[in-house]
Amino acid sequence: MEIKRVFSTVLTTFFITAASSFAFASPEVHEEENNHSHEVSTTEEKEEFNPNEMIMHHVMDAHEWHLWDVTGDDGEVHPTSIPLPIILWDNGLHVFSSSKFEHGTAVVESNGNYYKIHHEKIYKTDAEGTLTMDAEHHPTNEKPLDFSITKNVFSMFLSAALLLFLFLSVAASYKKNPKAPKGLAGFLEPLVVFVRDDIAIPNIGEKKYRKFMGFLLTVFFFIWINNLLGLIPVFPGGANLTGNIAVTVVLSLFTMFIVNLSGNRNYWGHIFDPMGNSMPWAGKGVLYVILLPIEVAGIFIKIAALIIRLFANITAGHIIVLSLISIIFVKESIGWSAISVPMTLFISMLELLVAALQAYIFTMLSAVFIGQATAEHH
Amino acid sequence: MDIVTPGIGLMFWTTLVFLFLMFILAKYAWKPILNAVKDREASINDALESAEKAKAEMAAMSADNEALLREAKAERDALMKEARDIREKMIADSKGVAKEEADKIISAARETIENEKAAAIADMKNTVSEFAIDIAEKIMRSELSSDSKQKELANQLVEDIKLN
Repeated sequence: MEIKRVFSTVLTTFFITAASSFAFASPEVHEEENNHSHEVSTTEEKEEFNPNEMIMHHVMDAHEWHLWDVTGDDGEVHPTSIPLPIILWDNGLHVFSSSKFEHGTAVVESNGNYYKIHHEKIYKTDAEGTLTMDAEHHPTNEKPLDFSITKNVFSMFLSAALLLFLFLSVAASYKKNPKAPKGLAGFLEPLVVFVRDDIAIPNIGEKKYRKFMGFLLTVFFFIWINNLLGLIPVFPGGANLTGNIAVTVVLSLFTMFIVNLSGNRNYWGHIFDPMGNSMPWAGKGVLYVILLPIEVAGIFIKIAALIIRLFANITAGHIIVLSLISIIFVKESIGWSAISVPMTLFISMLELLVAALQAYIFTMLSAVFIGQATAEHH
Repeated sequence: MDIVTPGIGLMFWTTLVFLFLMFILAKYAWKPILNAVKDREASINDALESAEKAKAEMAAMSADNEALLREAKAERDALMKEARDIREKMIADSKGVAKEEADKIISAARETIENEKAAAIADMKNTVSEFAIDIAEKIMRSELSSDSKQKELANQLVEDIKLN
């Protein structure tokens, strides 16, 4: 039963990943001219529109929240963005606003150190901002530890505030109204009950599920809300938080710690003595040379699968939407929007489903792993 | 590939935010919500159970009521019947007593009549015999006013005796 569920879950994930993975084959970089400022730009100022760069820029984290570009009186294109705090650890704390970088053009002095931002990475430089490049055009300068409140971090704060607001107000509503839930509680309670009755209890069991509910509910709603916020194209949405591998790594590490810290004798026995009593030790010794590394690797492979699944699905969704929108600018014709917009709409609808589905799958698999680690007998 | 290289800063903040969220939500949201849901489920189950119980009680009660009603009806019928019987008996009884009394009165009357009649007859007899004696005396006086006639009568009486 459990295996069947895991199998179908994995299968669903595979299809969705497969369906969306064609987007990874990023659209070819057309050497055509940019339409960012289509109407206003004059011929000599046209810059190339590079969808690959644009998409990567939107999908990756940033130190400022880019809103739009404006063409100044001088004909220069200036980005308008919300500056975010830069927090660096470089033998001492350096805190300043990202606006000081002036969108990557300026060198910032902080407590006697000089910093420059290059492709959203902060490097330590000299006063002139010299970056020494290696053969692949990557700067070789020293990088300070970057704890900046980036676009993703900021978006995560917003989502955390949203989650706290939603669920603390729901929790408070039960004090006033112990009867049937109304309003927000009426919408969110079925989801909480869904996580309890369809994810936690079937996989972990009636007796032990309760102490894992804190993690499972938080991870479910954290992923879901952030997936949804990522689908909103304008501020304060649009940050690709759950499609950032740092986030999925951390969430999956939580799962890994919870699974392995709550693992009982059966779980560890299954890993370090998978054959159990079915084979004498003489036979097992030979077999275990192969089996044990596989079993131990399994602990990490399960987690790696979690990391990649969420990251790839959400990033893929963002990439498809951006690729479809890029068609208009690559083709330099508003007519293409007749195709591009309905397709974007369709994919966005699909992404709404994927947003919930990926939250469900992550929570479900976490519950399955916890269930395997805490099962009494197998 | 930048895209698959986790940034230390975002990892740090994610850990911080997620831990913070998990503890705050677990304590102030998930716990009260799950408890409220559980309490409500329990109260719904209780309510359903007690409704079921009340229903069974009602059924038992209505059965009781029916039996009671039936009993009452039977009792009423019995009482009615008894009352009717008593009434009939009373009527019959009073009829009997009345008849007896009437009979008694009639027989007493008859007896009185009989006595009166007897007395009247006796009286009449006496009167008649007095009249007869008077008449006879008067006749005798007239008849026996002469000696011949006394003789003739005495002869006749003798003859009659002879004839006997």
